[in-house]
Amino acid sequence: MAGESNGAGVFGSSIRRREDPELITGRAKYTDDLQLPNTAYCTILRSDYAHAKINSIDASEAEALDGVIAVYTASDIADSGVPGGIPVGWLLPDMKIPEHFMLAKDTTRYVGDGVAIVVAEDQYTAHDALDLIYVDYDPRDGIADPKKATESGAPLVHDEAPNNIAFDWEIGDKEMTDAAFANAAHVASLDIVNNRLIPNAMEPRAALADYNNITGELTLYMTTQNPHIHRLLMSLASLGLPEHKIRVIAPEVGGGFGSKIHHYADEAIAAWASMQTGRPVKWTATRTETYLTDAHGRDHVTHAEMAMDENGRFTGLRVDTYAAMGAYLSTFAPAVPTYLYGTLMSGEYDLPAIYCHVYGVFTHTVPVDAYRGAGRPEATFVVERIVDEAARVSGIDPAEIRRRNFVAPDNFPYQTQVALAYDSGNYEGALDKALAEIGYDDFRSEQAAAREQGKYLGIGLSTYIEACGLAPSAVVGSLGAQAGQWESAVVRVHATGKVTVYSGCSGHGQGHETTFAQIVASALGVPYEDIDVIEGDSGVMPHGWGTYGSRSAATGGSAIASAAEKVVDKARTIAAHLLEAAEEDLEFENGNFFVKGSPDQTQSLPDVALQAYLAHNLPKGIEPALEATSFYDPENFVFPFGTHIAVVEVCADTGHVELQRYLAVDDVGNVINPMIVDGQVHGGIAQGVGQSLYETAVYDEGANLLSGTMLDYAVPKAHFLPSFETDRTVTPCPHNPLGVKGVGEAGTIASPAAVVNAVVDALSPFGVAHIDMPVTSEKVWNAINN
Amino acid sequence: MYPSKFDYHRPSSVQEAVQILSSNPDAKILAGGHSLIPVMKLRLAAPAALVDIGRIDALQGISRSNGSLRIGACVTYHEIANSADVQAAAPALAEAAGQIGDRQVRYRGTIGGNLSHADPASDLPAAALALGATLHVTGPGGSRSVSASDFFVDLMMTALQPDEILTGVEVPVAQSGTGSAYVKWEHPASGYALCGAAAVVTRGASGSCTGASLCFNGVSSTAVAATAVAASLVGSDLSDATIESAVGDLSIPDATGDMFASAGYRQELAKVMGARALSTARDRA
Ligand SMILES: Cc1cc2nc3c(=O)[nH]c(=O)nc-3n(C[C@H](O)[C@H](O)[C@H](O)COP(=O)(O)OP(=O)(O)OC[C@H]3O[C@@H](n4cnc5c(N)ncnc54)[C@H](O)[C@@H]3O)c2cc1C
Repeated sequence: MAGESNGAGVFGSSIRRREDPELITGRAKYTDDLQLPNTAYCTILRSDYAHAKINSIDASEAEALDGVIAVYTASDIADSGVPGGIPVGWLLPDMKIPEHFMLAKDTTRYVGDGVAIVVAEDQYTAHDALDLIYVDYDPRDGIADPKKATESGAPLVHDEAPNNIAFDWEIGDKEMTDAAFANAAHVASLDIVNNRLIPNAMEPRAALADYNNITGELTLYMTTQNPHIHRLLMSLASLGLPEHKIRVIAPEVGGGFGSKIHHYADEAIAAWASMQTGRPVKWTATRTETYLTDAHGRDHVTHAEMAMDENGRFTGLRVDTYAAMGAYLSTFAPAVPTYLYGTLMSGEYDLPAIYCHVYGVFTHTVPVDAYRGAGRPEATFVVERIVDEAARVSGIDPAEIRRRNFVAPDNFPYQTQVALAYDSGNYEGALDKALAEIGYDDFRSEQAAAREQGKYLGIGLSTYIEACGLAPSAVVGSLGAQAGQWESAVVRVHATGKVTVYSGCSGHGQGHETTFAQIVASALGVPYEDIDVIEGDSGVMPHGWGTYGSRSAATGGSAIASAAEKVVDKARTIAAHLLEAAEEDLEFENGNFFVKGSPDQTQSLPDVALQAYLAHNLPKGIEPALEATSFYDPENFVFPFGTHIAVVEVCADTGHVELQRYLAVDDVGNVINPMIVDGQVHGGIAQGVGQSLYETAVYDEGANLLSGTMLDYAVPKAHFLPSFETDRTVTPCPHNPLGVKGVGEAGTIASPAAVVNAVVDALSPFGVAHIDMPVTSEKVWNAINN
Repeated sequence: MYPSKFDYHRPSSVQEAVQILSSNPDAKILAGGHSLIPVMKLRLAAPAALVDIGRIDALQGISRSNGSLRIGACVTYHEIANSADVQAAAPALAEAAGQIGDRQVRYRGTIGGNLSHADPASDLPAAALALGATLHVTGPGGSRSVSASDFFVDLMMTALQPDEILTGVEVPVAQSGTGSAYVKWEHPASGYALCGAAAVVTRGASGSCTGASLCFNGVSSTAVAATAVAASLVGSDLSDATIESAVGDLSIPDATGDMFASAGYRQELAKVMGARALSTARDRA
């Protein structure tokens, strides 16, 4: 794209991702690729039992193995005087917060819970030594089902949490909602399991910790979506080192989907082991460890009911959910089934009464936390499934019932019954576009004809809304976050007019190096090629909160836009001085300042930058150099929305579901790079289709993970998926400088309901009302044949 | 994923390989490595030594003579699937090999490793069984031949002794009037056969069936032949309706299940896959 990428047109064009050549040729360096001299390797012995008392640990054979430097247990960490904690970063009222130590002290609470640490000269020895540590366990009963865990007599995960209830949370108006049901003409009701998912980032988690025991500084390279959060938590909760002595660096990070937001014990263990041994220590998860220890997603058991009047107008929604927390409260876990879930229950609908009650439940499993979509896929699944069920019981077409209940385009801002205030939207616009593109009316006649021939076609809608770019910080704080949700940016114009941008976001596959440069190219009128974007190093950029929750464009991008604006303001002052004109008389176009009406006499941004650095002739009171920092705290969430439609054919002989078409019409506001937006939508849909048809983490009665490898856990493959069709409507966000919303999670949020709705539609001749995810061919076959 | 320590040998002849195996009771043969290395990395297996048979010329190559096809043990799935000889002589085998795993797996995995490993969900055992393959084996005491029906003993157990090497597989060349097919229902996670059906049928001059064989993998602990279904087809017209009613009686003893497909559902799938394999084989006969 050399040369042509100057000025305003860069924003909105499908520039190829500049990060890809390194990624696809294998040149990119991930944490495990990094080599430091004298590195030792760390492995972690993990509990084979979901629940057990540890009677004793005998590590003598392991310690005696040639090449083993040390074996540590929880008492060694405690004795070293570090805090050793793994904290929860979101507090709800009356929440039970059991101690979570870096290693299990006397009880293991899930298969994979860390029990001992080996540090050795090489990876092979470090793994060999694990087999030589003998732990005397006293196994206890475990429980993995979040609803059964609350029943009396269920094994307790923590003695201090009776019935395994971590928190009891509600939102909405119970009385008003109950009244709506008392007066309802129709009621739709569903029992829904939102299947538990295992994140499958291509790169497993890893850490390379380098503690300098002379300076007291720790450099920690790790797989993180948010280096500053990790620095903070390492300092305060785990290691006790002063924050300014810790530098967390995210090298190339190979995907996260939320799993690399959280603060886990393992990276802290690597850092602590480096502090103990005075050597760099590397830990890299095996894929098995990824499955056992990365926070899982979803895992809800829900009962939902929708009340309607005789015209199919929704009058009330009642939702009751048991949400698994796993064995400990992970970093943002309590927010996921509460403020990221209950608040979404209004969907795209003008719903006069809503009540949502949630139990957060401890289970003997790895913790559950944010996973692509985090709460919003669960909420959207409930809402969009119950809406389809409402259509079924009232005999109204699913598209029509949605249309009757949408928040109307002239009804914004719209205050929902569950706290959120939607700022903008045009839900019918996206629905109409999607229905036209899929050929909805024709499909219905095709479907009827196919049924005559024993072919079962189905169509499923998901008219979703999502709330991302959590904000503003004060509101998020009032809801329990122990974090801010603003974002930082530095835009530094060098003396030659080249630009380096620093963002507090931390991309791991999203393409920020490209899109953030596009923002700056448009704002400064500087060629795109002259702009580099740097993220992911707490030692280099100001504090930031990282990349997750589809926040980077809306918060990080806005911070960059506002820093760029400050740069232009300063440059204008200098340019006015150089042009001997008043600032108000200057125009700024394509990177050039000139006096209105005389465009031949210009000062380009590089000209101004050079003068700013030389500082030989600056206006009075203006500091040298040309850069600006911005800390941007948004006014509100952003609210992407849209309509997704799935078309399936179900084979009655086998129960096989063939996804024939998948169409997404999304409204993510202004689009910085359409190709990247499409890519995010594609990936999100693939993950959502994965949840709906294939993926599920299965624990047995004793809470052992059965789907512990990729032989048993079905990540969708390319040949399972059709070529996705994507389109957009554009309703700019009214409250940020770019008019952008977020797109990272939309596909994952919308798609499970679209697919399941399509399958249920295909099976309507068999009277099927619901099938739980994943909709395997066996479940479908059973639904047809029983 | 780091395996335990092991020694590595790379013999250049079958005799040398057998010798190393006989003197190292904890040694394992390494062929394509696509089953063995993953289990070593998971530390489910920790052989003291590996005997890499990948450079032994005698184990390579596909040749055709005297009405049979001989495939060396180290021939890869890619070679089998793309061999014009195999496609013509034993389409079911080419079809089965072509549906294994992904491209990388097909470039590395070998027919000998696949049959010796005898994973119940592997694709080749049913095809070998249905086609009436003969397996050639060499050990310290010399060479012997084992029919496919005697080879698969139980879950990951074969007639091979630990110091024996499967050297090659002999498959009869399809005569005119004989057709074969392999139909696979892929496990959504592993990509292995959740249910794979291999069928061979022969039609006489009148068009009626003079011989049939129907075998499955993925459904129970080892590849199985549905002998009763096959027998009931002999003498029939092989119409779709006949096939359908024949597989309707299919019953596979000891069917196994997992969280994606219970034993009962696999039985049902086997009926559908069986019928599809039989009708494709018939069309080719
Ligand atoms: C990602 C992936 C997907 C796969 N998908 C499928 C699939 O869809 N269908 C399928 O059928 N398979 C599948 N496989 C397994 C694959 O086919 C293996 O290649 C096969 O099971 C073993 O063959 P190999 O040549 O790789 O043998 P190896 O892994 O080298 O050996 C396997 C075992 O057989 C023994 N052995 C090997 N050769 C001989 C011999 N000549 N004589 C005696 N013993 C021998 C070895 O000692 C070892 O115990 C998959 C594997 C992977 C990694």
